[in-house]
Amino acid sequence: MRTPISYFLLVSALLFTIGTVGVLVRRNALIIFMSIELQLNAVNLALVAFSRQNGNLTGQVLAFFSMVVAAAEVVVGLAIIVSLYRKRRSADVDDASLLKG
Amino acid sequence: MMLAQAAPAPVHHFPWLTVVTFAPLAGAVVAAVLPSSALNLHRLWALLVTLITLGLALATLSAYSSGAAGFQLVDRAVWVKSLNFNYILGVDGISLFMVLLTAFLMPAAILVSWRIERQAKYYLIAFLVLESAMIGSFLALDLLLFFLFFEALLFPMYLIIGGWGSERRVYAAVKFFLFTMAGSAFLLVAILFLYFRAGSQLGHSTFDFTELQRLSLPIATARWLFLAFFVAFAVKVPLFPLHTWLPDAHTEAPTAGSLILAAVLLKIGAYGLIRFNLGLFPEASLHFRSFVSILALIGIVYGAVVALIQTDIKRLVAYSSVSHLGFVVLGTFAFTVQGLSGGVLQMVNHGLSTGALFLLVGMLYERTHTRDLGQMGGLALTMPVLAGVFLFVALSSIGLPGLNGFVGEFLVLLGTFVVTKVYAVIAVTAVVLAAVYMLWAYQRAMHGALSVPDHGLLPDLNLREYAILVPIMAGILFIGVFPKPLLSKIEPAVRQTLVCVSPAQSQMVVTSCPRVTGSPAFDIARRP
Amino acid sequence: MNILAPFIPAIPLAGAAVLLLTGPRWRDRSAGWLASAAVAVAFGLAVTVFGTLVSRPVTLRLSHVSLFEWIGVGSFRVDIAFRVDPLSTVMALTVTGVGAMIHLYAVDYMRGDPRYARFFAYMNLFVFFMLVLVLADNYLLLYVGWEGVGLCSYLLIGFWFERKTAADAAKKAFVTTRIGDSALLIGLIFMWSRFGSLDFDRVLPHAHALANGTATVMAMLLFAGAVGKSAQLPLHVWLPDAMEGPTPVSALIHAATMVTAGVYLVVRSHQIFEASGVALTIVAVVGLVTAIYAGLSAIGQDDIKRMLAYSTISQLGFMFFGAGMGAYSAAIFLLVAHAFFKAVLFLGAGSVMHALPDEETDMTRMGGLRRAMPLTAVTWVVGWLAMAGIPPLSGFFAKDQVVAAASQAGRIGLWYAALFGALLTALYETRGTFLTFFGEPRHRGHPHDPPSLMRTALVSLAVGAALAGVLGLSATSGLLPKFLTPVVGPTKEAVAGPSELVLSIISVAVALVGILTAWLVYLSGRIDWMALRVRFASAKRTFQRGFYVNDFYSGAIVGPAKLAAAFVAYVVDRRVVDGTLTGIGRLVSSSAGAARRAQTGLVRTYAVGILLGATAVLGYLVVRS
Repeated sequence: MRTPISYFLLVSALLFTIGTVGVLVRRNALIIFMSIELQLNAVNLALVAFSRQNGNLTGQVLAFFSMVVAAAEVVVGLAIIVSLYRKRRSADVDDASLLKG
Repeated sequence: MMLAQAAPAPVHHFPWLTVVTFAPLAGAVVAAVLPSSALNLHRLWALLVTLITLGLALATLSAYSSGAAGFQLVDRAVWVKSLNFNYILGVDGISLFMVLLTAFLMPAAILVSWRIERQAKYYLIAFLVLESAMIGSFLALDLLLFFLFFEALLFPMYLIIGGWGSERRVYAAVKFFLFTMAGSAFLLVAILFLYFRAGSQLGHSTFDFTELQRLSLPIATARWLFLAFFVAFAVKVPLFPLHTWLPDAHTEAPTAGSLILAAVLLKIGAYGLIRFNLGLFPEASLHFRSFVSILALIGIVYGAVVALIQTDIKRLVAYSSVSHLGFVVLGTFAFTVQGLSGGVLQMVNHGLSTGALFLLVGMLYERTHTRDLGQMGGLALTMPVLAGVFLFVALSSIGLPGLNGFVGEFLVLLGTFVVTKVYAVIAVTAVVLAAVYMLWAYQRAMHGALSVPDHGLLPDLNLREYAILVPIMAGILFIGVFPKPLLSKIEPAVRQTLVCVSPAQSQMVVTSCPRVTGSPAFDIARRP
Repeated sequence: MNILAPFIPAIPLAGAAVLLLTGPRWRDRSAGWLASAAVAVAFGLAVTVFGTLVSRPVTLRLSHVSLFEWIGVGSFRVDIAFRVDPLSTVMALTVTGVGAMIHLYAVDYMRGDPRYARFFAYMNLFVFFMLVLVLADNYLLLYVGWEGVGLCSYLLIGFWFERKTAADAAKKAFVTTRIGDSALLIGLIFMWSRFGSLDFDRVLPHAHALANGTATVMAMLLFAGAVGKSAQLPLHVWLPDAMEGPTPVSALIHAATMVTAGVYLVVRSHQIFEASGVALTIVAVVGLVTAIYAGLSAIGQDDIKRMLAYSTISQLGFMFFGAGMGAYSAAIFLLVAHAFFKAVLFLGAGSVMHALPDEETDMTRMGGLRRAMPLTAVTWVVGWLAMAGIPPLSGFFAKDQVVAAASQAGRIGLWYAALFGALLTALYETRGTFLTFFGEPRHRGHPHDPPSLMRTALVSLAVGAALAGVLGLSATSGLLPKFLTPVVGPTKEAVAGPSELVLSIISVAVALVGILTAWLVYLSGRIDWMALRVRFASAKRTFQRGFYVNDFYSGAIVGPAKLAAAFVAYVVDRRVVDGTLTGIGRLVSSSAGAARRAQTGLVRTYAVGILLGATAVLGYLVVRS
C-alpha cells in the first residue's frame, strides 16, 4: 500500500517551517546557512513526492538540479562565511550590515 | 499602405558626409594610442584632425549644389536589417551651415586649449569625439541615429565640464547632464512611438525621417509628440524656464567648453526644433506657435534683463545667449521665409559672436585670473588690441549693421512683424537692452583707469590668439556685409521646411505633407 | 559720373582701415594728414558729382549706383545702393567740406595724444558712415550709416576712456540713441510690410496712398529715431554729456553732422509725414519745445562746451520746427549754415581750451580773451553773429526763413513761440561771447592764438559761416531752395501774415533785443552779473541742470530699472525658476532618501521581507482560486 502523499507534504512543510524559523531567529551565520539547507531539502522532498504521485520523473530531475545547485551554494557560502569570520572574528550576521542604505 | 522599402540606394557619390562625420572620431582613436606624455604631439594631432575636418566640411560645401531643395549627398546603409534600423546621413541648406560652423570653430577650440596640461590627451580626445557627435547630430536623417549622436554629445561634454572646469565644475556638469537627460527621455519615447506607429501605418517600422513625415497622426497624438520633442530641444536651446543649467555650465566649463557649448551645442536644440518639430508635426507647430513664441519672447527680454546686472563676465555672456537664442526660436516659429532664414542665420551668427566672446573672456581670464568685472577695469590701456577685438565682437552681438548679428536679427524681426506685430515690438526692446549690458560690461572691463596696478604688465594678444580670433572676425564681417552666399543656400531649405507649416494648411487634420520641390512657401509681402 | 558716388564714402573707409590696421606706426602728425587727405579727396569727389548733377536738366537730377544685393530672402530685397540727388549731394558736400576742415584742425589739436592714429581712424570711419547715411538709396542702408555714426560717436566720446565720465557719457550716448533707433528699426519693418520695399523710389512716391493712421504711426516711428539721434526732447540728455569727447569730435559729430541726421531723415521722408496730417505738427511742436527748453538751459551753463551743446539742441529744434512747418529747404538751409557756424564756435571753444591751463572750460574763469587771442575772437564773433541772426551772415537767412514759415503758414501762436526761441538764441550766445572774449580777464595763464593749421580751419569755416547765406537769399527763389525742389517740392507760398521783408525786420529786431539784453547784463557794467547768479541761484541751477530732466531719468527710470533687474536675476532666476527646477530634483533625491531606510543591511530583515512577500503572493493565489 502506498503511503498517502499528505504524509510527505506534512514532513516537508514541517522541515520548511523549522528552516524558516531558524533563518529568522538565529544570528549565527552557520546555523542560518544550515536552516536554508533544511528549507531546500524540504522543497526537494515535496518535489520527489509529487513526482512519485504523478508518475513522471520531472520532479526528481528537478530535485537533482536543486541538490547540485545547493552543493555549489554551500561551497561559495561557506567560503564567504569563513572569510567573514576571519576578518571580523564573528559569525553573527547582525554584525555585518555594510549594505545599509 | 505598403511601400517598397528602398534597398539602400547605390552610392554614386563620394560619401562626404560619412567621412566628415567620422574623421574626428578616427582621429580620436589614433590619439588614444599615442603616448599620453607627448603633449605637443597630441595638441598638434588634434589641431590637424580638426583642420582636416574643416577641409572636408568645405569640400562638402563645394559638393553641395546650391539652389536645390531637399537633402543632398545622402549616405544610406542598412544597419540592423530585421529591425529596419538604417544609417542615413543627408545635408540641406540648414544643416550645411551648422556643420560648417562646427568644423570652423573646432580648431579654435583646440588652439585656445593649448595651455591645458593636466590629462591633456583625454581632454583632446573628448573634443574630437564631441565633434563627431555634433556633426552626426546635424546630419542624421534617421531618428534613432540622431538620438544616438544626440546622446553621445553628452558624455564628452560632461567630462569636459566636470574634469577641466573651474571650482563648481562637478555641480555644473551634473546639472547639465541631468537637465539634458531628462529632456531626451521624452524624446526617446516619442521616437519609439513614431517607430511603432510607422509599423502599423506604413507597414514597416522605421526611424527614417523622410518616411516618418508621411505618417498621418491624429491631432491630439501629434501634439503630444510635439511636446515630447519640444521639451528635449527646449532644454538644449535653452528656452525659458529650462535655461538655468546654462549659466552654471558656461561659467564652470573651460574656455573651449564654453565656446563649443554656446556655439554648437545650443544650436542642436534649435536645429532639432526646426528639423523635427516643424518637419514632423507641422499642425502641432502651428497650434503651439503662440506658446513657443511667448516663451521665446520671455527668454529674449528675461535673458537680457538678467544679463544687465551680472558681475561675472561669463555669466553675463551666458545670459545674453538665452536672449539671442530666443531670437532664433522666435524667428523659427514665425513660419515665414524671412523669419526662419533669419533664425538659421542667427544660429550661425550667435555661434561666431558668442563663441568669440567666450574665447575673449577666456583669454582675459588667463591673464587676470578673474571673471569678476569689478576686478578688471582699464584693460584697454594695456591690451588695446584685445579690447578692440572685444568691442568688435560685442558690437556684432548687439546687432550693429554691417556685422553679422544685424542681418539675422533684422530678418527675424521682419519675419515676425508681418505675422504678429506685437512680438516684434517686444523683441526689439532686447536690441536696446543688449547695448546696455554689452557696453556696460565692456566699460567695466576695458575703460576707466587700471583698477589693479599689476594689470599694467599684462601682454596683449599673441600669435596663437590672433590665429584663433582673426578667422572668426573675418566671418563676422563677411556675413554682415555679404550674407548672400549663406542666405541663398538657406532659403530653399527653409522653403522646403515651411511647405508643411503654411497657415493655408493650418486646418489640416493630418500631417501628411508631401514634399514638393519649389512650391511657394509662406512669404508675406503686401504691396499697395 | 555716378560711378564716383560709391567712392565718396569708400575713400574715408579706406583711410580708417589703413589707420586702424597699421596703428601707431605713423610718425608725428602723418596719420592726421592722411585722414584729412582722405576726407578732402571725398570732398573733391562730392564736388565733381555735384558738378555733373548741376549740369543736367532739373528733371534728370537723380541717379542710382547699385553695388550688390545685400540681404535677399523671399520677397525682401535690399541692395547696397547709393543715390545721387540734390538733397544727398548737399548733405555729402556739407559733411565732407566741414569734415575736412575739422580734420585739419584736429591734426594740430590732437598732437601728442598717445592714441593719435586711432583718433583719426575713428574720425574717418565716422565720415564714412555719415556719407553712407546721406547717400543711401534705401532705408536699410541709411540705417547702416545711422547706427555706424552712433558707433563712431560712442568711440569718440569715450576716446579718453581712462576718465570714467567720458566712458559713461559714451555709453549713455549710444544707449539713449539706440532707444530711438529701435523704434526706427520697427518703423522700417512696418514700412516694408506696407510697401514691399525699402527703396526710397518705391516707398516715397506711394506714401500719399497710406491711410492717415498708418502714416502717422510710420512717421512717428521714424521721428522717434530722429529724436534720439538729433537729441530732441525727451531723448536729448546724452548730448550735453557727449562734450566729454575731444573738441573736434564735438564740432564734427555733435554739432555739424551726425546730430543733423534726424533732420535729414524727416526731410527725406517728408511724403510719409505729409500723408499723416498730424505728424508734421508733432515734429514742429517737439522741435519748438526743444528749442525753447534748450535755449533756457543754455543760458544757465557756465561750461563753454555744454553751453554750445544746448545751443546745438536748440538749433536742431529749429530745424525740426522748419521741417514741421513744411519749409524743408529752409530746414536744410539752416542745417548747412549751422554746420558752419557751430563748427566755428566749437573749434573756437577748442582753441580757448587749448590755450588756457588745464583745458579750462568754465566761462566764469575766462573773459577778455579777445585781446590775447584776436583771431579766435574774430572767427568766434562771426559765428556768434551768424547764429544770433544778424544780416548778412548765413544764420540770419536760414533762421529767418524757418521762423517766417510759421507766420506764412498762418500759425501765429507757433510763430510767437519761435520768435521767443530766436530771442533766447541771441541771448545765450551773446552771453557766452561776452563772458569768454569780452569784459575783464578772469583767466589764468597766458593764452595765445592756436597754430597755423587750426587758424586755417577756423578762418575757412568762419568764411563759410559768413557767406553761406548766399545759398538762400530768398526762401522761394534762392539757390538752395531751387536746387532742392526736385526732392522736397517747391517752397510753399505764403498764405498769411506780413511780407517776407517785414518778417525779416522783426527777426533782426528780436535778435538785437537778445543781444542788447545780454550786453546790459554782462558787459555794460550797470549790473553785477555775479551778484545776480547768487540772487537767482535756484533758477540758475534749474537752467543749468536742464530742468532736472536728466536727474529725473536717473532717479525714476535707471535706478528702479536696476533694482528690477537685480530682483529678476537674484530672486526670480535663482530662487523661483532655478529653485523650482532643482526643487524637482531635490524631491526625487529626498524620496529616495526615505526609501533608503528600508535597506537596513541586516540579512534577517530581508529574510522577513522575503517571507512576508512570499506569503502575500501565496495568500493572493489562494484567495483568487
